[in-house]
Amino acid sequence: MYGFEAMTFNIHGGYLEAIVRGHRAGLLTAADYNNLCQCETLDDMKMHLSATEYGPYLQNEPSPLHTTTIVEKCTLKLVDEYKHMLCQATEPLSTFLEYITYGHMIDNVVLIVTGTLHERDVQELLEKCHPLGMFDSIATLAVAQNMRELYRLVLVDTPLAPYFSECITSEDLDDMNIEIMRNTLYKAYLEDFYKFCQKLGGATAEIMSDLLAFEADRRAVNITINSIGTELTRDDRRKLYSNFGLLYPYGHEELAVCEDIDQVRGAMEKYPPYQSIFSKLSYGESQMLDKAFYEEEVKRLCLAFEQQFHYGVFFAYMRLREQEIRNLMWISECVAQNQKSRVHDSVVFIF
Amino acid sequence: MSRTSMVGDSSSWSTALVKISPYTFSAIGIAIAIGVSVLGAAWGIYITGSSLIGAAIKAPRITSKNLISVIFCEAVAIYGVIVAIILQTKLESVPSSQIYAPESLRAGYAIFASGIIVGFANLVCGLCVGIIGSSCALSDAQNSSLFVKILVIEIFGSALGLFGVIVGIIMSAQATWPAKSV
Repeated sequence: MYGFEAMTFNIHGGYLEAIVRGHRAGLLTAADYNNLCQCETLDDMKMHLSATEYGPYLQNEPSPLHTTTIVEKCTLKLVDEYKHMLCQATEPLSTFLEYITYGHMIDNVVLIVTGTLHERDVQELLEKCHPLGMFDSIATLAVAQNMRELYRLVLVDTPLAPYFSECITSEDLDDMNIEIMRNTLYKAYLEDFYKFCQKLGGATAEIMSDLLAFEADRRAVNITINSIGTELTRDDRRKLYSNFGLLYPYGHEELAVCEDIDQVRGAMEKYPPYQSIFSKLSYGESQMLDKAFYEEEVKRLCLAFEQQFHYGVFFAYMRLREQEIRNLMWISECVAQNQKSRVHDSVVFIF
Repeated sequence: MSRTSMVGDSSSWSTALVKISPYTFSAIGIAIAIGVSVLGAAWGIYITGSSLIGAAIKAPRITSKNLISVIFCEAVAIYGVIVAIILQTKLESVPSSQIYAPESLRAGYAIFASGIIVGFANLVCGLCVGIIGSSCALSDAQNSSLFVKILVIEIFGSALGLFGVIVGIIMSAQATWPAKSV
């Protein structure tokens, strides 16, 4: 019953909610980002980061730092926090926390399959996988030749198995099919997650519906923009859009027939929340669209913390941390390549 | 004066209710006073306590101040104990001819009502203070200037239990059993 979660939520979720709010207080602030943006070398960045919560993770690194090391250690911190929360959680919170990582699992699967297609070494690919999306038999993905084998050999034992029913074909895997596979899996995952949150009910359902709807809409726009000018037909494009969200179903009809960015803008401007995003871009410009979407996402994620006694705070925290790691990666790349003027192009402040 | 002439002859429910001994009602009232109050206090304490423990991991300074929330919840249980003790001193034995006299019935009902008032007022008060205490702990961990402001809300919340206790005691003050007469 919405409104009465406060009476029973703390039995199972009170301790973990307090912990995740404590972690959220440790996210980097605008002042930290300003300090980091003014660093000259990566060692300066390491010094600034050692004053934040990333200190223990970076202090043992030897001096010629690489950008990948910084990102790796920061991701390690996120993984440690996640595992700690997961082992303390009971149902249904543990299922909820696991759902958050399925997106990374899908990305890892696609990474390995694409890398194998391009004849890369499996070990090298495994190192590039995101640690939150690892599962036991991931290395055997390199053996599969087409999707049916992929499913039968490896994926039937993973949590991704139910998402495969729509994309099993006997075609061989090539770049186009893999992208379609990635988007079909992600669509099934988002719909499944959405249904799960609706089943949980109460404040969790309401807050997660809003966050997942924004995710679905953002992916629809990205799919549309990325498939302009490719050989993806309109029907195929329409099949990749999710069945919920603000754009469902009329916005999807309009997006499916778009052939360039201005038509996309015209379709999106009918929806007030997205109109404010698109109004920040001038005509014909799409580079800033990613950053605009990230900013909107961060705003909504921060709003999830306004209410107590729901699971949305866990999802919001994981996403905010990932955004922070993206910020750190961009800043460290700019510093390493001496392009400090471009630093503010892609950093999204959280606080 | 026999009781059947006072009560309406037709309804069997009212006859049945009136035939329940006033001591039953009194005993149930006393049980509810202490039992439900303690339920409210316990509920409030676990709601506050679980948030407090988790928040104190990142911000250990909040532990000592936020124990006030737990103390407010505990006060609710103490109110229940006090009222239960007062109520049980109001119980007197009357000769068996007087058990169903109107004054006995009134005394029994007064003790019952007093017990319900105190029990349920303390239940919701304990819940209220517990939920606010949980939010107070989490807010204090983020920003320590918020603690005193949220404490004011908690104080208003704990006044609810006091209202219940006051009305309950007034109610039980008129629980006078008939004097022993021949």
